[in-house]
Amino acid sequence: MTYEEKLKEISEHNHNLVVMTAENRAAIRNLPSVLGNRFIDVGITEQTMIGAAAGLALRGRTPIVHALATFLTLRAFEFIRTDIGIGNLPVKLVGGVPGFLSEANGPTHQAIEDVSIMRGIPNMKIFCPADHEELVSALPLIIQDRSPWYIRYTTLQPVVKHYDSFTFGKAEILDDGMDVALLTYGFMTMESWKAKKILEKRGISVRFINLRTLKPIDEGAVIHAAKECSLIVTIEDHFLIGGLFSIVGELFLKHNMMANVLPIALDNQWFKPALLHDVLSYEGFTGEQIAAKIMVRLQQTERSNEVYHNEKHVKQIL
Amino acid sequence: MTEQHKIELELLALRVREHIIRMSTDGGCFIGASLSCTDLLVYLYTEVLNISPSLLKDQDRDYLLLSKGHDVPALYGTLAELGFIEKERLLNHLKTIDSIYWHPNRNIPGVEFHSGSLGHLLSVGIGIALDMKMRSGKNRVFVILGDGELNEGSIWEGLLVAAAYQLDNLVIIVDRNEFQANIRTEELIPLESIDKKFKAFGCFVKRIHGHDFEQMEQTFSQLPFNMGQPSVVIADTVRGRGLPSIEHRADRWFVNFTHEEVEMLLDELHGEKESTLTSETIMVR
Repeated sequence: MTYEEKLKEISEHNHNLVVMTAENRAAIRNLPSVLGNRFIDVGITEQTMIGAAAGLALRGRTPIVHALATFLTLRAFEFIRTDIGIGNLPVKLVGGVPGFLSEANGPTHQAIEDVSIMRGIPNMKIFCPADHEELVSALPLIIQDRSPWYIRYTTLQPVVKHYDSFTFGKAEILDDGMDVALLTYGFMTMESWKAKKILEKRGISVRFINLRTLKPIDEGAVIHAAKECSLIVTIEDHFLIGGLFSIVGELFLKHNMMANVLPIALDNQWFKPALLHDVLSYEGFTGEQIAAKIMVRLQQTERSNEVYHNEKHVKQIL
Repeated sequence: MTEQHKIELELLALRVREHIIRMSTDGGCFIGASLSCTDLLVYLYTEVLNISPSLLKDQDRDYLLLSKGHDVPALYGTLAELGFIEKERLLNHLKTIDSIYWHPNRNIPGVEFHSGSLGHLLSVGIGIALDMKMRSGKNRVFVILGDGELNEGSIWEGLLVAAAYQLDNLVIIVDRNEFQANIRTEELIPLESIDKKFKAFGCFVKRIHGHDFEQMEQTFSQLPFNMGQPSVVIADTVRGRGLPSIEHRADRWFVNFTHEEVEMLLDELHGEKESTLTSETIMVR
């Protein structure tokens, strides 16, 4: 079932569901005829769309709003924060082509700070589905929930089989290896999964955590991974500042923990605009490149552990 | 409008202005803009809006949204006079025991939505109006905009959408007091002709004197002005209306008066001599 088929299905029994867009109809092309006046296209007016969504929510509706992730979260940011956030209204914000998915559009279209700014809004929850299947399966619960949500939209086909059903704040743990824990979300699940396979071929035991909701975050899954694995790797198509790496860092500080963390993210720079495959290899985000970075880090960690043990040994002798 | 009725409205507006003056001390308030829209709010709440303390949850009620939220003392005063909130509650102005602060919020019965950041509630009003249309309701949304607020791009963006969706259940009222914060609009970002601008954006526009109840009656009784178009009322008002010592003064936008000054202003409101004020305006913008 596709995203729009699911929305259509939900709209049949949930008469308060309203679908809005700022003229981004890619994901909802067939809904106007099905929803009638419950489909509202406001044209290229992201701010007005968010304000109007707040008004509709005040009247008991649940608006699902669509725009490109970057314009939705940035152009309309103050409306999201002030009308939806302060109002704590059940508006669901669906951001199209987030992260690397904007491909060759250039930095204007790169939503790679969306998680960072959305999570700073009280009441806002964030869902980054790994693929289309995960997105569709979570929709009913998210629409039912009375909080505002930001969703990173995706049409990707699954590369992993999902066994666990969607629960707020619960990560999907696809393998519980003990050497390295890969923490990821959204689009990067695919390349991270490839990295996992490569690492396993080299005899490394990998824990794979698809976080699903970045807010609330599955604290238990992250903390256990840090306690049980010798290296944590955060992998995301997002700026290093404010995304998963930051979330995990805040969590460790909160719990007074130290951890060995390798972040794979965009470090203070926009990515090279190109077709998706070329973006990944140029920026070093293919499964192979991720695996290689992890191998290097593991070797460094091993060496420093050896030095540490040697120093300890020397001290004991003295 | 009978003379008797007019006097009743004027007396009600006078009591609302007293509340506003009393809120302009111990922290102060945006007194000028509050006084300019007082008569409009009094008229709308008593004569136009299908809203009352018993209808606050009624799906079919009319909505009033104060988009230029800093004039909220006028709304608090009106709501207190009309029984939406206890008058004594206004004594809690700016106190942490209550939520009566410098901008509106939904903790106060009668306030439909929070504001303070300019240029927001037109789009919120559009959403409410769209829902009313979906439900085939006969109710309406009134959005009060400041003239300075018309600088915000979101207003003009919203008008495009309101006209496109033919929201004739949307009524926009511009409190045209000719000031934005500390400067005259026409000296900073000229707005005239406002009428033509709104008309060009697809609205049906009427311009009235915003302190004249008879003109308000003639105008608001004609709503909607035209089927399929948002109605716009440009209300020419005076910032600080009722207090000559504040009227037309660019530097009396937000003031925190002393208790003595408040007493002088109350006397002035009731026709005594002009107050000699020494409290400076606070530049919050």
